[in-house]
Amino acid sequence: MLPSLVIVFREVFEAGLIVGIVMAVTSGVAGRGRWIAGGVAAGILGACAVAVFTGGLSQLCGGAGQELFNACILGFAVLMLGWHNVWMARHGRELAAEMRAAGEAVVDGSKSLAALAVVVTIAVLREGSEVALFLYGVAAAEGGASVGMLIGGVIGLILGSLVCLLTYLGLVTIPTRYLFGVTSTLIALLAAGMAAQAIAFLQQADILTAFDQTVWDTSWILSDESWLGRALHTLIGYVDQPTAMQLIVYAATLAAIIGLMKLFAVPPVQRPRTA
Amino acid sequence: MTTNAPAKLSSILLASIFVLSVGVARADEPVMLSLTIKDHQFEPAEVHAPAGKPIAFTVKNLGSIAAEFESDTLHVEKVIPPGGEATVYVRPLAPGRYNFFDDFHHATKGSLVVP
Repeated sequence: MLPSLVIVFREVFEAGLIVGIVMAVTSGVAGRGRWIAGGVAAGILGACAVAVFTGGLSQLCGGAGQELFNACILGFAVLMLGWHNVWMARHGRELAAEMRAAGEAVVDGSKSLAALAVVVTIAVLREGSEVALFLYGVAAAEGGASVGMLIGGVIGLILGSLVCLLTYLGLVTIPTRYLFGVTSTLIALLAAGMAAQAIAFLQQADILTAFDQTVWDTSWILSDESWLGRALHTLIGYVDQPTAMQLIVYAATLAAIIGLMKLFAVPPVQRPRTA
Repeated sequence: MTTNAPAKLSSILLASIFVLSVGVARADEPVMLSLTIKDHQFEPAEVHAPAGKPIAFTVKNLGSIAAEFESDTLHVEKVIPPGGEATVYVRPLAPGRYNFFDDFHHATKGSLVVP
């Protein structure tokens, strides 16, 4: 029971942080529940498919299939997050105005919802495929799914979902006028972290070896193995021993997103506000 | 509307960063290390490699269920299907002891010693 609880909780926790942020980012947007639920469902289906085809996947591209697949979906998530932020920089003001006008009613933002639903799918797919493989392994070893394993899995799922809920509830307590700034920053850091993680997969597959020297080691302060280290790894891409290439890509991704947001931002319009 | 312009430009820019950072080849040949996983044990449970040289682990999973070869200190993680084999590359290391384990079965542990 305990191993399945720990593994399920850990993976749901990591995906839950991302889903919680996406929920906070899209609060008040019409149809977001459907988009996010759809994203989660697609992620679960994808995770099962990845788990079933792991054997075939790892043999692709001279044994580097898994790494390339992970790097590609992470890269795609980075694009979606970047695009969302740029779109929000362009239309966020209209959206906010519309929200004020509509009061508690929801507003249309389906374009950026689609991008974020893809991010949710990718997050769930990555963590979910590990859960599927693990549970399948346990079931195979025990000659069938045991009650203990299922109970552990369900408790892990509930605790992990709680993290998702707390992330969301924590973020939405931020006053609306700051929320956009906070979530844009979170999304930009999330994207940069994912880009650096994609680099780690390419390094592991020996596809990318340039600048692979370790730049610093902060494992004595905060280890990647600790829960805080894991959470920060998911949220902002914290790595206790980053390689030079990871740092370059991290900085470049951040710079690209911030630069594009500035480039496409609508100049502020002076208008009388009724508070 | 200019809705598509930021989308296109940001996609192109981010994609090019991603593509540019790939495809630079290695000069140094990696040190090869072979491991097998059988009955939830690494064989050998301890391996050695010189410092400052790239390393390649070849891990064979002789068990009947999938394993995930993982190490926090080596910064690698790779799923190995039952009966399968996987190669994982590690950057040049400083002297020390680096632990690895099967993420699907944490009692399966081993370590790499770099003198």
